[in-house]
Amino acid sequence: MPNLKDLAAKKEPICGGHRACAGCGAPIIVRQVLMSSKDPVVVTSATGCLEVVTTIFPYSAWEVPFLHNAFENSAATCSGVEAAFKALKKKGQAPAEHVNFVAFGGDGGTYDIGFQSLSGAMERGHDMLYVCYNNEAYMNTGIQRSSATPMGAATTTAPAGKVIPGKVQFPKNLTEIMVAHDIPYVAQSAVGFWRDLTSKAEKAFSIRGPKFMNVLQPCRLGWGYKPELTAELGRLAANTCVWPLYEVIEGKYKLTYRPKEKKPVVEFLKMQDRFRHLFRPGNEAILEAIQKEVDRRWEALLNKCEG
Amino acid sequence: MPIIARTGNEAMSEAMRQINPDVVAAYPITPATEVVMLFAKFVADGLVDTEFVAVESEHSAMSACVGASAAGARVMTGTSSQGLQLMSEILPIASALRLPIVLCEVNRALSGPINIHCDHSDTMAVRDFAWIQIFSENAQEAYDNILQCMKIAEDKRVLLPAMATTDGFIISHCMEKIETLEDAEVKKYVGEYKGVNTVLDLKNPVTLGSLDLQDYYFEHKMPIVEAMRNAKSVIEEVGKEFGKLYGREYGLIEGYKLDDAEVAIVALGSTCGTTKAVVDELREKGQKVGLLKIRVFRPFPAEEIAAALANLKVAVILDRSDSYNNQGGPLFTEVRSALYDAAKKPLITNYIYGLGGREISLDDLRSIFAEQQEVAKAGKAKEVIKYFGVRE
Repeated sequence: MPNLKDLAAKKEPICGGHRACAGCGAPIIVRQVLMSSKDPVVVTSATGCLEVVTTIFPYSAWEVPFLHNAFENSAATCSGVEAAFKALKKKGQAPAEHVNFVAFGGDGGTYDIGFQSLSGAMERGHDMLYVCYNNEAYMNTGIQRSSATPMGAATTTAPAGKVIPGKVQFPKNLTEIMVAHDIPYVAQSAVGFWRDLTSKAEKAFSIRGPKFMNVLQPCRLGWGYKPELTAELGRLAANTCVWPLYEVIEGKYKLTYRPKEKKPVVEFLKMQDRFRHLFRPGNEAILEAIQKEVDRRWEALLNKCEG
Repeated sequence: MPIIARTGNEAMSEAMRQINPDVVAAYPITPATEVVMLFAKFVADGLVDTEFVAVESEHSAMSACVGASAAGARVMTGTSSQGLQLMSEILPIASALRLPIVLCEVNRALSGPINIHCDHSDTMAVRDFAWIQIFSENAQEAYDNILQCMKIAEDKRVLLPAMATTDGFIISHCMEKIETLEDAEVKKYVGEYKGVNTVLDLKNPVTLGSLDLQDYYFEHKMPIVEAMRNAKSVIEEVGKEFGKLYGREYGLIEGYKLDDAEVAIVALGSTCGTTKAVVDELREKGQKVGLLKIRVFRPFPAEEIAAALANLKVAVILDRSDSYNNQGGPLFTEVRSALYDAAKKPLITNYIYGLGGREISLDDLRSIFAEQQEVAKAGKAKEVIKYFGVRE
């Protein structure tokens, strides 16, 4: 298991000076995941915040090989890089050491437009790790709803209006969909849990074949909170069981974090502007519905972990 | 050199087998399915060293090709019609990253309505994506063009992706006698490929696919303009060398009985073969007709075309697709543009024909020549853009 001292001594995969917002959770995920690799890494990324803030020409924050292709194809692109590595290895033209291929994508590039590409790459069994930095909306284009956006959240394409109170649907459970791919490793983690995230990344890198990690990334702009609260928001998501931390190894579920006390969902919601309208009189039923669904999903997960 | 009976698809996949690319990422689509299928069998039988990535869509096919090529691999794929359209978002990314991917394209009509037969609307729809585009007249040319595409695309003066096309079913599924090279000869011909600035160079990490805004984007397009300019002479060079080595020489365009012709057809692909037969027949009757085959559509050989057409009375441009712009098909508008600065130029007429695989017969071509010989006599075209062979 990685410790802070070792991690601090590691070469940074991305350098400072990139253009992410103050308090952005995405670079935290990238650093913690990539620094958990003992082997060299090659990174692909979907179009989105991460690519935009780290690669504005003529600058690049990347200290490791990095390839951005388009929005919906981070996984397919990574699968091509990995295939090339295998082919060139046979001819003795690839690096001799093992290389970890890592594809990043936001929830837009992963849950929605890039979903097919992800599913295909995982099914084909490429030796790669796909990491979704899930900030629960299309933040790069200005906070539009995705299938990861929670019910009740206000986004610019599911705004809180006079008639419709933000997003009407509950989020798609992508982690479970990836479990259903029967790949060797699937995990869910969050910003604010460095040890959980780095341990999972390390485990993922120790396994050959397709791996998927869904990491909750609080977004101070899209969620609406003070930049210094990013890690706190990630922790609250786990402590309210809105975003449980768990992993599934060869189909076997393991809860990696059990909150000491399961907090009410409103404690998480009330910290964020995107849910502010839900606290107006008349919206109590929505808050109740959210709590009910969080409870239902949490119980279902516990059953899988224990059963 | 072995002479064998092959369909266009078999000819293309045979070329692929002999090239033995590092990575092929492809998805089946009629009428290009066989290219992918046959290649998968080569992989399964251990006849190639290729990593075959059987992707879940053409979008992922081209995306994986970009990833593999950016990693320094020699990469090929094949597709048609809707598949090429699904790839189309990624095609200009491949050229902007200067990745010499070679694509076996089988020309097929675009939906809708859905149709599986030949026209050129798929290839024409992606004509401005900085891909080299070479049309084949028959299976032999399909084979030769794929080999040459590899050489052209990987030439340091070019470094652009390339597609060689055949006409769906007409070439892709018809058996012809073709002459192939020995495996060892192809290996020698295409040589070793070594990518530059690849994402597998761990010691010199590169960032590829940067966000490139109004302060640099335009400058980064200019080397592509330059590469396309260079491509013209490289294609000619490669075509000449191919002739010297294997006896079949290729250029950007091919004039057939054009020198003293008064009326000539200008066309792409398999129709050129049919036209040659009609030209021979009419020549025997003493009629001064000819053909200008456009082999290379991108880069567009404008000066060469203008020079080749200069002494004609009438040039008849056959387009197997339409631009729906009230200005004629893509070949016509480009030929017309090529002629604008010419001191001597013929009358020109555009026949848009064969959409969705509508047959063009010897008789059809006879009637086109007859009609345009009247125009030559009159010295004036009656109708510039004609939709030929369509029921009213």
